[in-house]
Amino acid sequence: MGLSGGVDSSVAAALLQEDGHEVVAATMKLWGGAGDSGCCSVGDVEDARRVAARLGIDHHVFNFSDEFEQAVVAPYAKAHALGLTPNPCIECNRHLKFRRFLDRAVRLGFDAVATGHHARVLTEAGTGRPRLLRGRDGAKDQSYVLSMLTVRELGRVLLPVGEMTKDDVRARALALGLPTATKPDSQEVCFVAAGRGQGPRQRFLADRIELHPGRLVELGTGAVVGSVPAVELVTVGQRRGLGFSSPGRRYALEVDAASATVVVGSEDDLLTDHVELIGRTWVADELAVGAAALAQASAHGRPRPVRLTETGVDFLEGPDRRVAPGQTVALYVGDEVVGSGTAA
Amino acid sequence: MSGRPDAEVAYLDHAATTPMCAEAVSAMLPFLADRYGNPSGSHSVARFAQRALDDAREQLAGLLGTSPGGLVFTSGGTESDNLAVFGVAGESAGRRDGAVLCSAVEHPAVLEACRAARGRTVAVDDRGVIDLAALAEVLDEHVRLVSVMLVNNETGVRQPLGAVVSLVRERAPAALVHCDAVQAFAWLDVAVLSAGVDLVSVSGHKFGGPKGVGALVVSERASGLRPVLYGGPQERERRAGTQNLPGIVAMAAAGAATARDREAAKARVGALATRLVEGICGAVPGVKEAVPRHDRIEAICNLAVEGVESEELLMVLDELGVCASAGSACASGAIEPSHVLVAMGCSPEQAKSHVRLSLGHASTTYDIDRALLAFPKAVERLRG
Repeated sequence: MGLSGGVDSSVAAALLQEDGHEVVAATMKLWGGAGDSGCCSVGDVEDARRVAARLGIDHHVFNFSDEFEQAVVAPYAKAHALGLTPNPCIECNRHLKFRRFLDRAVRLGFDAVATGHHARVLTEAGTGRPRLLRGRDGAKDQSYVLSMLTVRELGRVLLPVGEMTKDDVRARALALGLPTATKPDSQEVCFVAAGRGQGPRQRFLADRIELHPGRLVELGTGAVVGSVPAVELVTVGQRRGLGFSSPGRRYALEVDAASATVVVGSEDDLLTDHVELIGRTWVADELAVGAAALAQASAHGRPRPVRLTETGVDFLEGPDRRVAPGQTVALYVGDEVVGSGTAA
Repeated sequence: MSGRPDAEVAYLDHAATTPMCAEAVSAMLPFLADRYGNPSGSHSVARFAQRALDDAREQLAGLLGTSPGGLVFTSGGTESDNLAVFGVAGESAGRRDGAVLCSAVEHPAVLEACRAARGRTVAVDDRGVIDLAALAEVLDEHVRLVSVMLVNNETGVRQPLGAVVSLVRERAPAALVHCDAVQAFAWLDVAVLSAGVDLVSVSGHKFGGPKGVGALVVSERASGLRPVLYGGPQERERRAGTQNLPGIVAMAAAGAATARDREAAKARVGALATRLVEGICGAVPGVKEAVPRHDRIEAICNLAVEGVESEELLMVLDELGVCASAGSACASGAIEPSHVLVAMGCSPEQAKSHVRLSLGHASTTYDIDRALLAFPKAVERLRG
């Protein structure tokens, strides 16, 4: 049981126990550097330990901080340096939670790992193949951050709270008297200090990469319309925080870190017909070119109808907002996750 | 099963803490009940307590080769180490880097205090023994304190304390020498081995005494030691606060029992340790001792187990009823790769394959038998 110290994994552990599973809890120590906040901090480990004690299950702490640095933090900084918009929580799930942690669990003789993610793993009748579906609570659905998983992992993953709404989870936590019942959800990237606005992220990145001031240039004319203090912090689709001098709303369309330039344009300019996807993964079978699906480009973003192409997806219902390069795009058929890719 | 001690476990983590010996428990009991006096007072209840404190002080001081006036009671090894570092270099800490020197393999209680005092570390060789030439190079008239532990808690390696003292006297005659003898006292005659050393730390729970109590030997040369804790005039104004009398009395009793039984315990535990290490190395391929036996005390066995992660090995051993450890715990309770091994030249990757099996006065053949059954099984399971 991956106990993060949050209310979801706490309730998930209790549910597994109720179902008669032999449950052992573990919390990953991933960070603990400056800005230790958000998920898996020292305070969270202590919370997890108390929850485990309350439930009468053994609790261990796994030190995966080396791998976290290599697989999540360093690539995050590097992506920003290249003007991309990384999603470290996705990489943490990919490399740590559902690989390192899972591998260790298997080596130690466990049948499966469980987390408190709001998503569902269902078994296909007949074939016994695992399927990944959205959580029952649409507002809290976390299938997006699990969209890189395949049947290899899913066969050994349990997601006990996926059938519950968040309110039900909290109510159950209170009923069980769990210490974390009223703990707020972690919102931020765990290795960047909590805080408002760009400040914390800027400070974190400033320690790791060089930040360069950039020019904002108008799409088409190439006219310089403003500047930003750090081009590496700009995300495609961003409107606020672009210090530009021309009137009207301007959105970041393209970030070119090498030339320290951000191309800006109108909201319409953000629209595109096609999103190129690299590093595609499929839960089970690869979706054929021409197949229809729904594409979701952020944790709670609107799923948009698309058609698979050789290089990515085409929007089916007219042009739609482009996706920032580096972002994960999760692909669904109905409520089921079929695969994912990274916007190029 | 959470956290409940099991009488049938094979406990091989005596370097972390030892069970209290019978003498310590019985010495302590009255002071938990009706002998509740505070030694600082003038009435009969206080005087009884004062007498008990004096007796304990005399007893432990004798075992450590110092006079009663040369012993300061503290809350444990960490406090003793901090008192030594800041008591000597506290004043100059802000002014000059490198006023405090310590080996790179010191316990964090010394290492962190040294760092906070802007001191420097001295490199060690691949056995973890301090590099005397490197030490000589950094000794100058600005050095106020040199700290070198007698026995390392992670590997058991012994430091050449006598050679360190000689070198310091020669090159930095104004400097004081501190020795963390926390792991050493259980096995070695610290009084003899620390002759010439100005400050010596010990910790009760490492030799059959209770947790939360320790002592610092303060020689004549170190009598200018400044306090770290300010308040009342206890411990000759070197360490304020009402003394932990139950703990102190128990520690002194444990000390006496330890000294009395030391030679016999060393022989017995030495034999157990030999059987343990030879048994494991014989049954499991790819296991190596981190430090050669003649460079360390026998009770602490640090083993490198190829192809296995210590976090996992410890979990499986625990499941099989064997308690051991690795590295040191960080604030979250996770295991950090050992700075000692890294200082010896191990990569952080390699350091993650090391486990420490440590024996103590209470170790028995049962512990070894159980460990010899569990270890090969655990390694095989993880190597797949």
